[in-house]
Amino acid sequence: MSTVYDKYESVIGLEVHAQMKTNTKAFCRCSTDFHSSPNSNVCPICLGYPGTLPVLNQELVEFTIRMGLATNCSIREVSIFARKNYFYPDLTKGYQITQFDTPICFDGHLHIQTDGKEKRIGITRIHMEEDAGKSLHDFSDNDTLIDFNRCGVPLIEIVSEPDIRSSEEAYLYLSKIRQRLVYLGINDGNLEEGSMRCDANISVRLKGTEEFGTRTEVKNLNSFKNVSEAIEAEIKRQIDLIEDGGKVSYQTMTYNAKDKKTTATRSKEEAHDYRYFPEPDLVKVRVDKDWISKVENELPEFPEARRSRFINEYSISESDADELTLDKFFADKFESTIGFLLNKNERSYRSVANIFRVDIKRIMNEQKLSLDEIHLTDKVLAMLADSVSSGTISATASKEIFNHILKGKTEEEQISIFKKSEEDLSQVSDNSEIEIIVKKILAENPGEVERYKIGEKKLAGFFVGKIMQESKGKANPKIVNELLIKILEI
Amino acid sequence: MHSIPQSHKEITSLIKSGELTCESLVRQYLDNIHEQEDLNVFISLFDSEAVERAREIDKKLKDGKAGKLAGAVFSVKDVISVKDKLLTCGSKFLSNFESLYNATAVERLLNEDAIIIGKVNCDEFAMGSSNENSYFGHVKNPVDKTRVPGGSSGASAVSVAANMCLMSLGSETGGSIRQPASFCGITGLKATYGRISRFGLVAFASSFDSIGIFGNNNYDIGLALEVISGFDERDSTSSDHKVLNYASESEKNFDPKEIRIGYVKEYFEEGLSDAVRTGINEKLDVLRKKGFTVKEISLPSSKYVIQTYYILTCAEASSNLSRFDGVRYGVRSENSDAVEEMYVNSRSEGFGEEVKRRIMLGTYVLSAGYYDAYYRKGQKARTLIRKDFEKAFNEVDYIISPTTPTTAFKLGEKIEDPLAMYLNDIYTVSANLAGIPAISVPAGQDKDGLPFGLQIMGKKFDEAGLLKMANEIN
Repeated sequence: MSTVYDKYESVIGLEVHAQMKTNTKAFCRCSTDFHSSPNSNVCPICLGYPGTLPVLNQELVEFTIRMGLATNCSIREVSIFARKNYFYPDLTKGYQITQFDTPICFDGHLHIQTDGKEKRIGITRIHMEEDAGKSLHDFSDNDTLIDFNRCGVPLIEIVSEPDIRSSEEAYLYLSKIRQRLVYLGINDGNLEEGSMRCDANISVRLKGTEEFGTRTEVKNLNSFKNVSEAIEAEIKRQIDLIEDGGKVSYQTMTYNAKDKKTTATRSKEEAHDYRYFPEPDLVKVRVDKDWISKVENELPEFPEARRSRFINEYSISESDADELTLDKFFADKFESTIGFLLNKNERSYRSVANIFRVDIKRIMNEQKLSLDEIHLTDKVLAMLADSVSSGTISATASKEIFNHILKGKTEEEQISIFKKSEEDLSQVSDNSEIEIIVKKILAENPGEVERYKIGEKKLAGFFVGKIMQESKGKANPKIVNELLIKILEI
Repeated sequence: MHSIPQSHKEITSLIKSGELTCESLVRQYLDNIHEQEDLNVFISLFDSEAVERAREIDKKLKDGKAGKLAGAVFSVKDVISVKDKLLTCGSKFLSNFESLYNATAVERLLNEDAIIIGKVNCDEFAMGSSNENSYFGHVKNPVDKTRVPGGSSGASAVSVAANMCLMSLGSETGGSIRQPASFCGITGLKATYGRISRFGLVAFASSFDSIGIFGNNNYDIGLALEVISGFDERDSTSSDHKVLNYASESEKNFDPKEIRIGYVKEYFEEGLSDAVRTGINEKLDVLRKKGFTVKEISLPSSKYVIQTYYILTCAEASSNLSRFDGVRYGVRSENSDAVEEMYVNSRSEGFGEEVKRRIMLGTYVLSAGYYDAYYRKGQKARTLIRKDFEKAFNEVDYIISPTTPTTAFKLGEKIEDPLAMYLNDIYTVSANLAGIPAISVPAGQDKDGLPFGLQIMGKKFDEAGLLKMANEIN
């Protein structure tokens, strides 16, 4: 059933701010470590003391070029910084150093997969700037405290074209941006902790019309979930407003995750006049062709390319390849584990893929651990995969062993646990031994045997399960199947 | 006033012959400072510390380990950072503020064993041409105490002219060294933009500001210049252009036949006083007689320099002074409950009239809707002015002009009339707009005995030539 909402189409552009993982701040030599105690990573320069001057961190330029190349941008050979002037207590100089009309990267794009099709999302620009400090309002009733550690931490802002048409597409685009940032090693991709921040420009228009509606800007969407929900909520708000005969006005909105609504924080009349002008304390940023090609040569393999290579090189399924390459560190560990395999063949590759997709993912989800926090070494994981692919242990036993070796603190411990478990659970392929178990299980379940014999063939699975359980996963499932059928069909 | 040796060479030879020590020299300067407190020169005086340091340097001299500025005593304009010392910028806002670090220029002076005797008064945040805009009171001209010393580095000029030190570090954005040097009868150099690091100089207009030197002679100025010049990794706009031995360069002679000197037609039109006009023409005649080629040149953009200068410097100043918000340092107003109120009150109470005027003007010219009409147009005019100079320097090697249209004016005479005050910078602002070096050297006195200076402008990084040319004038 079509609703009033189906008459409309939404037009969305995203602005993503990403903190750069440089060692030092954008314009001084203070550390960017965000675990430090408040106001410990500060100096006269980032505190905006009189007489100090900014000096550009080259690493920031290099990181930005990386992201530009990774998103098919052109790189501007000469760009300049500008000052964005406004007063706020955590903005020490009374202006933010940013780039205005000459962003270092421009005119790029990324592709997202939507409804099985590729869709191109244009990237207008990527520019460099500095972060402000943090105002803390909750520590004292009357005072606001300020932590200046973040002040001057380098950011890049990635601005998309208004090519996004739904919250789903926004989610996919943002995931892709995040994946790129993480693959490039320039950002840790953490929206919740604020190392990545996202604002959305949203408007709606009747389907089939060309003209854009009036947009609003929804600020500070601090999780992937919020990005989708906030966009949904704002689209609905705008359509409801128009349907009620109202008009959307240019506003800055904020999303309240509790009641799932967007509310206006600032109207156009109250909008800041930032009085941008060229930053006279810095010289032009010059990026020559040699520098660009050097960065280009050092770019890592991107997920799309890696996914195809995994499918070709390791004969794993497309869905396995998708999951394995989604996260760079996950894909890296998968490949380094493969490096430790004794048997390098398709079966062993698939075993590794299976351990990663199923067992490691399960532990990460269940225990909310990051990959780093699962201390299994590549070597141990490879031993486990070898053991499965050579038929020494069954896939079922493999899961049990995986759980055991997790308890090992060091590689030695893990290996010794593995060896012992492997011995205990090594597959029984001796027909006579398995036949005893099969007969025992059938004898214990006469009712099911009867039903099987009158045609309920799917009960075979029930028996196999019981038999595997009885054998503690050690019975070779292939032999179990053969013997079971043979005995039942007698 | 004690008679004191007037050059570093003289001081060095007196020290060598045992007739003088750094300590006794510092004590003589301190006596002069105390005897002339009515001139209102120093904001902070490092008396006992300077004496202590003089003793150390005397020891170094004895051991033959002293740096090349041993025996040179400096004052420093209070917009330049000296570690752990007040850095007031002549403002109530920073009246309690101490700097955490040394400016690069100060650091380099100290490394060569210069002695800093104190921080001197100036127009608030270097905005002014008379040194009357200071929270710490106006400074008097030692030649005639009813007159201004010039500004904004007025007290720097006075400290040298009144024998309170040998040299002074000042700063300029549009003539703040050359104009007071002219009014006080001493020499003042503004180097090429980027020649001397700005790190530690409190910014007024970043693309114009430069630190410069006051002294009694060209050799001394060359000596200080070669110490403080050169690339500084803390200032991206500083230049790595080669630093010469400017002191010894200053003593070399030109071959007059190879040097072309231009005087600017437009600078000799209305507004120039007769005494200054006559004095400068006499100096030009002297140069002609020495065999230099002296010719008239035109800088058609001259009529735009004051407007362009004030639009662009105020724009930059409005942003540079935003950091003075009362949040982290300086004087925070006690009469406010909310953050916006704190900003407004702290800045309203902390800044003087001229500073507020320029912040407002600068905020206006950068505002949406006015940016193109003012700031962008100003940038274009600046480019034209630069090109005018490039063209002129194809025709001539040096440009000579008066430093100021008149000799020192009376205290209070122009303070109520900002436009008249701004016009005092008419001959000096161009060098800052174009980023070229310029020097003011004493060129004579009017009938009341008030000094005036002659300005020489040169090509970028030709400070050595400028000092040589200055020697031809003296």
